[in-house]
Amino acid sequence: MKLHEYQSKHLFAQHGVPIPKGRVATSAQEARDICIELGGRAVIKSQVLVGGRGKAGGIKLAKSPQEAEDLAAQILAMNIKGLPVRKVLVDEAADIKKEIYLGITNDRAARRPVIICSAEGGVEIEEVAKVNPDAIIRQHIDPIMGLRDYEIRNIALSVNLPREHWKAFGQILGGLYQTYVDTDATLAEINPLVINGAGQLVALDGKIVLDDNALFRHPDLAEMRDPDEEAPQEIEARKYGLSYVNLGGEIGCLVNGAGLAMGTMDIVKHFGGSPANFLDIGGGAGADKVAAALKIIMSEPKLKAILINIFGGITRCDEVAKGIITAMKEVGVSVPMVVRLVGTNEEEGRRILADANLITAASLAEAAQKAVAAARN
Amino acid sequence: MSILVNKDTRLLVQGITGREGLFHTKQMLAYKTNVVAGVTPGKGGEWVEDKVPVFDTAKAAVESTGANCAIIYVPAKFAPDAMYESADAGIPLIVCISDWVPAQDMMKVRQYLDQRNVKLIGPNCPGLLTPGEAKVGIIPGHIAKPGNVGLVSRSGTLTYEVVAALTANGMGQSTCVGIGGDPIKGLNYIDILAMFEADPQTEKVVMIGEIGGNDEEKAAEFIATKMTKKVVAFIAGQTAPPGKRMGHAGAIIEGGSGSAEDKIKALEAAGVRVAKHPEEIPSLFN
Repeated sequence: MKLHEYQSKHLFAQHGVPIPKGRVATSAQEARDICIELGGRAVIKSQVLVGGRGKAGGIKLAKSPQEAEDLAAQILAMNIKGLPVRKVLVDEAADIKKEIYLGITNDRAARRPVIICSAEGGVEIEEVAKVNPDAIIRQHIDPIMGLRDYEIRNIALSVNLPREHWKAFGQILGGLYQTYVDTDATLAEINPLVINGAGQLVALDGKIVLDDNALFRHPDLAEMRDPDEEAPQEIEARKYGLSYVNLGGEIGCLVNGAGLAMGTMDIVKHFGGSPANFLDIGGGAGADKVAAALKIIMSEPKLKAILINIFGGITRCDEVAKGIITAMKEVGVSVPMVVRLVGTNEEEGRRILADANLITAASLAEAAQKAVAAARN
Repeated sequence: MSILVNKDTRLLVQGITGREGLFHTKQMLAYKTNVVAGVTPGKGGEWVEDKVPVFDTAKAAVESTGANCAIIYVPAKFAPDAMYESADAGIPLIVCISDWVPAQDMMKVRQYLDQRNVKLIGPNCPGLLTPGEAKVGIIPGHIAKPGNVGLVSRSGTLTYEVVAALTANGMGQSTCVGIGGDPIKGLNYIDILAMFEADPQTEKVVMIGEIGGNDEEKAAEFIATKMTKKVVAFIAGQTAPPGKRMGHAGAIIEGGSGSAEDKIKALEAAGVRVAKHPEEIPSLFN
């Protein structure tokens, strides 16, 4: 789950990381007022959960409260990479002398947190990685021991940070690491961390991505979710404990198991069809969950056919069949539906579906081919 | 021969009296797996199916029964503690079925287990199945049969699909290993492939992968340089869009890496035949 810049900076500040003075505005008038509070100069920053806001024109410097109001009005009307700008962060402008990249993320290959630091901050770190990889320092952290002081010094030395900044840097890196741990983040990033004209270190931007698996123990953070980040069907799916991703094609897929769901999408494409979605009903789904899943698929605008592929271990085919019948009654399935049920209680499942107007298949390949053919007619 | 588990495995079930634990223990017993003990704190002294004694602690269970493998069916928030407990009780192989375990917990668990030479399979996995001998997990027993094909996979039901296809084509399995769908986990492809290479019963190997990370690419290198036995594969997620978690926590294409295309390229370059769809796998051995 992604957090906005203003949310991330707030969490960093709570852990002792200096951030610019400023706050969030939802109207141009509010932006003007904040700019006045900040002394008449401010940066207007769109708050959307995508990268490249600056390039898209969503980050602008205002040199007067009037300009702040005008720029905020412009930016609040923008749509950046498909996301509407609903808020802007109005921050004190900084006198930037140096920009540093500082981030912590999960290195899955090493199975450890890794601190990434570069004296080439402020730009896309992936670009630096391509063009000048030696400019990037990576320091893995022992997950049980945590970040140690000498490791902080090593990093400061590796990026040639002048001695007079070590203490402030240590406080910031320590705070960043603590934020990463306390929020169960998969990424906590400050880009850029700047040294300003007064010789102070300030986090000009902030980004945190939270581990979805850990949200159960952070209800306060879970509440910060931006509903714009997901399509309405994805939000609806999560309510029912379904995993769902919109793909925009014509053949809706309903499957038990993420790997099998991906495999099913792949095989539909292999036989010439376009999958409308990824949908995993998980293990042991009951009839009401299956019905909810079908209703979500039925709301896909381009839908021409549905493919249900169930290989039941803990999932019972009769429960899935009952869910299909329920959905057909409640919503009315107006497109051809191909159903392939294998595994636990498959006989009972097929019996329940015998009178329904469905196309059946025995193998996955057969089911996919039938679905593709049905979508074409 | 098989790898990791067989008829001599002495299995401890953690969370044995919970809904998942109880259901799957019955299935494992029906398969004639040697389930010797269970742990549910507070329920020590009870019995499951009149066959399996329940203990309050893993330590007591191991001392009393000599359990040498543990399987964990507890909710995510209790899973790390259960893994620590079994490791400290002297269990050398732990299989964690639980899904939704936080990644930072798994980093710590994996390190703790590595320091004690404890092997982990999972989390978020269907476990292990050595057909005819031991079902340590939730892979349906009736779709498998003993044979010489080793199977290693990140998936659950996709694994069942492939096992069923192999069995239907007369190709039995030595051991089926579900390593799970999480990014930070226990034994990985290379660990299992090395075991299959060393196992006299295994003559060929099926590898099932999916998008996310670069474990399949690393496995491809291992196959090219260290394996003599034939490997065929299927990689799920060719139609997955970048940046989206596809169910499994580890199934996400990020920063340009982890695509199915890259994995397929790497495997084919290593001489591995990659199926266009799961049911094609048996024919790739011809």
